[in-house]
Amino acid sequence: MPSFELNGHTYETDEDGYLINLSDWSEDVAKHLAVTESVEMSEAHWEVVNFLREYYEEYKIAPMIRILTKAIGKKLGKEKGNTKYLYDLYPGGPAKQACKIAGLPKPTGCV
Amino acid sequence: MADYSVPELQEDIKTPALAVGTMEHLKPYPAIEKHMVPLGFPDKRVDNWQQKGIEKLGDMLKKYRSLQVYLDICVKCGACADKCHYYLGTKDANNMPVQRAELMRSVYRRYFTPAGKLFPGVVRAADFDEETLNKWITYYHQCSQCRRCSVFCPYGIDTAEITMAAREIMDAIGVGHKYSTEIICKVHDVGNNLGIPKPALKGTLEFLEGDILETTGHEVRLPLDEEGAEVLLVAPSADFFSEPHIQSLMGYAKVFHQAGIRYTISSIGAEAANFGMFIGSFAQKQKIAKRIADQARELKVKRIVVGECGHAWRVAYSFWNTLNGPFDFLDPRYPVPQHVCEFTYDLLKRGALTLDKEANDQYVVTMHDSCNVARASRMGDQPGGQFEIPRALIRAACHHYVEMDPDTTHEKTFCCGGGGGVLTDELMDLRVAGALPRVTALKQVMKKDKVNFMALICAICKAQFTKILPLYHIPMETVGGVHQLVSNAIQLGAKKGIV
Repeated sequence: MPSFELNGHTYETDEDGYLINLSDWSEDVAKHLAVTESVEMSEAHWEVVNFLREYYEEYKIAPMIRILTKAIGKKLGKEKGNTKYLYDLYPGGPAKQACKIAGLPKPTGCV
Repeated sequence: MADYSVPELQEDIKTPALAVGTMEHLKPYPAIEKHMVPLGFPDKRVDNWQQKGIEKLGDMLKKYRSLQVYLDICVKCGACADKCHYYLGTKDANNMPVQRAELMRSVYRRYFTPAGKLFPGVVRAADFDEETLNKWITYYHQCSQCRRCSVFCPYGIDTAEITMAAREIMDAIGVGHKYSTEIICKVHDVGNNLGIPKPALKGTLEFLEGDILETTGHEVRLPLDEEGAEVLLVAPSADFFSEPHIQSLMGYAKVFHQAGIRYTISSIGAEAANFGMFIGSFAQKQKIAKRIADQARELKVKRIVVGECGHAWRVAYSFWNTLNGPFDFLDPRYPVPQHVCEFTYDLLKRGALTLDKEANDQYVVTMHDSCNVARASRMGDQPGGQFEIPRALIRAACHHYVEMDPDTTHEKTFCCGGGGGVLTDELMDLRVAGALPRVTALKQVMKKDKVNFMALICAICKAQFTKILPLYHIPMETVGGVHQLVSNAIQLGAKKGIV
């Protein structure tokens, strides 16, 4: 199984680098995953990650993108509550790239 | 984001010079034990896989006479060779349909024909060995089962059936594809491909109700598990998750609202897709489809309407009756099943809906026909309804509509590049290259007619194009559903109910 090393720990991932164990996640792990995705984490990036984690905690799935954009709009201002802004933050797609950095499993299906 | 190699766009779709092995390196992720065993497949590659694989092929030849005919009758005329989007995009000789099928034909000759048994070298028969299996894994996951090649085959050979058979044989020896098997497990465990649990689905639908209320001022409902509704709406689960899919879902909801028809979504049946077809498994296809029939009975609905999902419509229209029929408990006055485009178009003709074309005046629209709708089903009561009904809806919802090159639409449509179980990240290079013919045709009308919206009725196409078009410098918002246009144009509250 693929894995990566960070601060003396080994973290198991799937083939695309998504964490296998959700409990392995930490801010340091997120920063490491962000580097592998060439994403520089700003405050706005962390807002997305934190919202994804909170939502997942409750519903065991990533939120529909529209729920995410609305939540981000509320936190960061209405002009940022749209898909384009999310893609600017996470060019690999909020569903896949942001989920990866947030330590969520990769969404499956026709996405 | 990874760098993908994007083919250079030409003015027109051109047949490339043959290359050998350009896509040899691209393999699907292997399925893992926890996704294989629940589907009744071996946990890993079985020890005597060669013997088992040949036996499985033998069984299938007896069971599916069509497969034997397809393996026997090809005369290598080459009519199919340049018709595959993956060949046109990758130049790899094994992505010519005839050559892809030859990977199985050569094995068939070796073990099931006298000449191949006695003189394998003379008839170019191949052992089912490691090298052959390796090619099967690679190239039978570089076919999207779109069946464009079949349209041009003078014998009507359905190469998609051969791909499906190859995948079925591979699953039987414990060599599966992670993407499809993981998703099928999720359908059985949770009820949909994405794995959206009921509380999340409920929250999502309530959120969308709030969203529609906010933007339109109308209380449009998206009901879940409501017994006694007239209609069961079966949409692809991407409609509850992704853009632009959600926009079509809101479109369906507005149509039901405006027509005054009570409907429900089912949490167990919140998935129209049926990946059992992609892996060629009759048993899985049947089991996945059964959820819908069971839910229709349990919720006591009178009709089933299928959302914008291409292969789901093929399974529903062409196979449901065989898999889980008869559907004699439904209202016989309506088609079983009914496509959402057919449903909306019927209401429109009967005067139940008013569409304001001006709402889509920012768009010049074209239509991408999705392969499984175009070549494997029909819609409505006229031949060609699967082409005409969605177009009639688009024309009713917008002022500006143009067609793409007729060699790339209707039954000659090109696959989006992501169908048939290849919509997965490890196959991105294939998906990007396979989109080339469609993107070429789209670019032509973008240039000539200023097209800025490509409407379609398939969740896979939507997901594929949203991701691929930006790599060809086309905005992702260019793609959307037919019901997205309906959603923009529909006048709520003006009148209500069927006249």
